Amino acid sequence: MESASSIGWGGLVASLTLVVVALVVSWRMKLGLERSMVWSCARAGVQLLLTGWALTLVLEPDASIAWAWAWVVGMVIVAALTVRNRAGDVPSILPLALIATATVGAVSLGVIFGFHIFPVEARTVIPLAGMMIGNSMTSVVVAARRVTGELSDKRLEVEARLALGLSWKEASRPYLREAMRTAMIPQIESTKAVGLVFLPGAMTGLILAGVSPVDAVQVQLAIMYLILGSVATSVTVVAVGLTRQLFTDDSRLVRLVRV
Amino acid sequence: MRVPPTRKGSCLWHAAPVSEPAASDPSVPCFEFVEVSLHAPGGETILSGVDACVASGGITVLVGPSGSGKSTLLRLCNRLEVPTGGRVHFRGGDVADLDPLAHRRRVGMVFQRPTLFAGSVRDNLLVAAPQGTEADFRAVLERVVLDGSFLDRTADDLSGGEAQRACIARALLTEPEVLLMDEATSALDPDARRAIERLALDLVTGGLTLLWVTHDLEQVRRLIGDQTERVLVVLDGRVAAPNEKAAFLAARDDDPAPD
Repeated sequence: MESASSIGWGGLVASLTLVVVALVVSWRMKLGLERSMVWSCARAGVQLLLTGWALTLVLEPDASIAWAWAWVVGMVIVAALTVRNRAGDVPSILPLALIATATVGAVSLGVIFGFHIFPVEARTVIPLAGMMIGNSMTSVVVAARRVTGELSDKRLEVEARLALGLSWKEASRPYLREAMRTAMIPQIESTKAVGLVFLPGAMTGLILAGVSPVDAVQVQLAIMYLILGSVATSVTVVAVGLTRQLFTDDSRLVRLVRV
Repeated sequence: MRVPPTRKGSCLWHAAPVSEPAASDPSVPCFEFVEVSLHAPGGETILSGVDACVASGGITVLVGPSGSGKSTLLRLCNRLEVPTGGRVHFRGGDVADLDPLAHRRRVGMVFQRPTLFAGSVRDNLLVAAPQGTEADFRAVLERVVLDGSFLDRTADDLSGGEAQRACIARALLTEPEVLLMDEATSALDPDARRAIERLALDLVTGGLTLLWVTHDLEQVRRLIGDQTERVLVVLDGRVAAPNEKAAFLAARDDDPAPD
């Protein structure tokens, strides 16, 4: 019997049908993507199954909530390391990414649980922290790459401003602004478009599990708003922090490797 | 108490232990480099053991092959670079002891490519002089032989020569005593190049001290004729000794640099 919240191994295997279709397309059209498709499905499978198994342990009724918080700390660290790996040769990116993801975690969870939007339990802490931190991660990478990109592409302009006697703060402002806009706009656009074409994951999951659509929509909206705020926070921390790192105390622009 | 002058290298230096450099004493060299060296973070030597003087008033030319360190030497003058060894003096005072922002307003810079900021020429002039009036802007444009209609034009609208003149106007708005020109005509066509050279000589007649970097020996001749005492030849991160300098200037005579 099919249930919306439990598909069983049979259901999972059946869903691979479309992956097979994708493999056939890649093979016929000579796209060369078969290996990476198989690898990504296998990795996703292993990662999620391991996560699911670990979550089962953490979400047990008598498990201490300390494990959930430990999980969140783990997410903050892994997110910061992922940012470091994706952002390229950006100076001081790891400490900045750690501060950004930790701030996002603290601020968003502070709002969620401080205002009693959700009750504090392992079942809410982990998925919500994951969504806030995960969505901020992409924007942080963009912010880091754009700040170094802007300041190195427009180096002559920045130095021309410095040469007029502007401080590093004044000289970097237009470029910092541009980098922050580029990093935040995608999340603003997704917030705008949500519900028009696709139903986002949290809402879909809740509906599949039998929650009423209105309740599901409320949850999803709350999550979208919280993510938007988290993205803004993390982009600001990284962009401002990084800009400061890229200038000396006497307002000189350090040598940058183009990322 | 008057300290008697001392001779150091090629400089007759009236040592005045003042914390604020003497603005109008022409006997004090404009810039003095004392055993200046600069090593890149990777260890590469850019300048080593530079001892040289730049006189106040008139035009001094720094010439040398590409990569010889002449632009770096120029950038030490407005603290866009700092030496890793030795000292740079501006009118008797150590540049390291001066407020970098105030210093850069006294020692302006024009870069190799015209570096107009986004917006109109007026927007550019406002960056240099946020309290500037229309009259101030028209006056400074007149000094660089651009008429008032240029105020509303944007960078895309201007030829290379016009853009570079707008950049010179922008630098002049901080009322500098010295203007550093870093290969300021190398990106321009020959007519624009000659026009900027004439403008530079006019500015010098008006009282500005000019420090001009170039690799073009023909241009050196046009700027200072045969006053070779106004030339510093930079070779491999050092200022050439008199015999090397004479050899460099003579050797290039047989093989004129293409215009």
